[in-house]
Amino acid sequence: MDTWFHTAPYVVSAYSGYVYPNETVLPWGVLIVIYPYITGLVAGAFIVSSLYHTFRIESFKPVARLALLSAFAFLCFAPTPLLSHLGHRERAFEAIWTAHWTSAFAAFGYVASFYALLLVLDIWFAFRADIVAMAQTTKGAAGRLYRILTLGSYDVSERALGYDRKWAGVLAALGIPAAIGLHGYVGFVFGSVKSREWWSSDLMPVIFLLSAVVSGVAALVVIYVVSSKLRRTAIDENCMTGLARVMWVSLIGTMAVEVLEYMEMVYRRVEGFDMIKQLVAGPMWVSLATQALCSLVPFVILTVLLVRRVRGRALVGWMSFSAVLMMVAVLAMRWNVVIGGQELSKTLTGILIYAPSLWGREGVIWAATLFVGSFVWLWALVRLLPPWAPIPTSKKGIINARADFGETGIDPARRHEWELREGG
Amino acid sequence: MNPAWARCEETEKSEEMDKNKPSKSEIGRRGFMCLLGKMSATAAVCSSVAAVALESVPTAAKPKVAEPQYPATGPVPGYDWTKHRWAFGVDTTRCIGCLRCVEACKVENNVPFNPNDYRTWVERYVYLEGEDKPHIDSQSDPKNIAAAGTLTNYRFSDRYRDAKVEKSFFVAKLCNHCENPPCVQVCPVGATYKTPDGVVLIDKNYCIGCRYCVQACPYGARYFNDETNTADKCTWCYHRITKGLKPACVEVCPVQARIFGDLNDPSSTINEFIRSHRVRVLKPWTGNGPHVFYNEIDSEVS
Repeated sequence: MDTWFHTAPYVVSAYSGYVYPNETVLPWGVLIVIYPYITGLVAGAFIVSSLYHTFRIESFKPVARLALLSAFAFLCFAPTPLLSHLGHRERAFEAIWTAHWTSAFAAFGYVASFYALLLVLDIWFAFRADIVAMAQTTKGAAGRLYRILTLGSYDVSERALGYDRKWAGVLAALGIPAAIGLHGYVGFVFGSVKSREWWSSDLMPVIFLLSAVVSGVAALVVIYVVSSKLRRTAIDENCMTGLARVMWVSLIGTMAVEVLEYMEMVYRRVEGFDMIKQLVAGPMWVSLATQALCSLVPFVILTVLLVRRVRGRALVGWMSFSAVLMMVAVLAMRWNVVIGGQELSKTLTGILIYAPSLWGREGVIWAATLFVGSFVWLWALVRLLPPWAPIPTSKKGIINARADFGETGIDPARRHEWELREGG
Repeated sequence: MNPAWARCEETEKSEEMDKNKPSKSEIGRRGFMCLLGKMSATAAVCSSVAAVALESVPTAAKPKVAEPQYPATGPVPGYDWTKHRWAFGVDTTRCIGCLRCVEACKVENNVPFNPNDYRTWVERYVYLEGEDKPHIDSQSDPKNIAAAGTLTNYRFSDRYRDAKVEKSFFVAKLCNHCENPPCVQVCPVGATYKTPDGVVLIDKNYCIGCRYCVQACPYGARYFNDETNTADKCTWCYHRITKGLKPACVEVCPVQARIFGDLNDPSSTINEFIRSHRVRVLKPWTGNGPHVFYNEIDSEVS
């Protein structure tokens, strides 16, 4: 008999423990946990790039372009868990062609497409000089690809580069409301469902948005540290401190709103509160404790790092540790929302337990594959458009890097000059 | 491909002539105008989208507005779907919990014979002496399935035989075919819709299987059909009622605990049931406007 209830068996509660028969299969599983998680990484990474490209905060320069590529890589993978989850994937685009406008889901295609377009344009302007350089120095198929990517624009004069910077700034500025919109919208998908006591909250979009920034910045720290280690390059301390500040502020915001949400639930003794207590003490306590611990520990570490102005290896080490914990915390938060909301029965008299399968389309392995896939895609993008390479230029404004600097086309001695120019 | 770039090259020529460096303010002004244009275009698109969204909300919510779109003859020849307004009644004082209705529904509508998918089900409420909360179970409870010994026939186990029962009753559940169905509201492609005669249906050839509607239904009336890979739920046997027949569950009920009829017909059984009983709907605070009416149920029934 166990096999009939393997997906979501009954939990006998203090009294009835009754759930509707159709609830014994949870409609949304681990794939829908990963979907808002990856989407959140986009928002966080993009905001860091905007801090440099729009607000000209110099300390974020070493990661600004890496952040853009990261945001794009995550955005490309954000729809994949949703797509995998659909019963009829071949009809997925009907949600765009024949969108039903009263549905919160219908907006996803439009919001994500607009954002993707913005990101592609932003990346093009931010990397145009590099693309031109590589189009002129690379041979073969890769060279052809770079020449296509130039879109026929080879002008890298000082003024042209000025335009690039300006457009990258404008697009990044437009991207901020888009990022907020995208993630506020994901929160709305859950917050607007009135049938689920655990989801139905006005604070849901805010919680999703703030935690998105936390996870995105944390992911960027991990990517930056790992890539610097792999490339054996120095890690910029000012940049790390700047990222620590952003993480600290967004973490405080997230924790404040989360605590507010739980306090309201407890203080108002919302309907089904007895069941909520059992849910929190029962199937959800591990993920809730993970979320709380992995938020509090980084908060303490970051506070100490910022107050004591820690530098050097200690800064990098503790920041990386905090970043990994925060990524785990936000993943746990997504789990608590998506799975927790469904584990609390709509009858408000019973609880279900979700045990994800390992294999299969709704399994943990496939969800993890999609998540890892976004990093593999990022690796490919970084190979295509190295975000850290100094751009070689010649006085004439047209790059002929190969002639000037040999096969690599990069003059390490001019890095400083490039940095000055980039700073505008 | 890149208008900003093209303009940049044009200005470069003119500026080369007078050998002046481009002033920052000029570029700034131009950039600002570009930005302004872009922003106003975006605002226009946003406002029109918002207008469409705002317009469509009340349209979907009010059948009076939606009705004129429908031709008098619906998809079924000879059946005028603008002439009816179907509703369902559950007389809990009559139900004996025999579960023939659940079996009939599964057979009639090809509902998978598993304990997770039901278009209709029956709940049992048992109040024991000295307890203030009821014990609730349905035919899908593991003990009841064990008692039945099969997944094609259903029965309630005799577990309260030796208990001191204070009060007990059965409640049949099914899709409430709401006036303002949240499942219809959240469907991203409009595959689920409300007909002019008040029935909420699903277009299986259009449903993308996202299960948002399953989440949105507060009554747990929807399930995901693994055979069709689409959402599924009670249709009040639309294929039968449009031919003048009763829904299968109503047809087989031996005690007439299930009542079905046309609200537009003053002499219909459903109007008679509503007139002669104090009835209520489930979870009225959701604002969904359910069209399944119950008599004699406790507040624990939700």
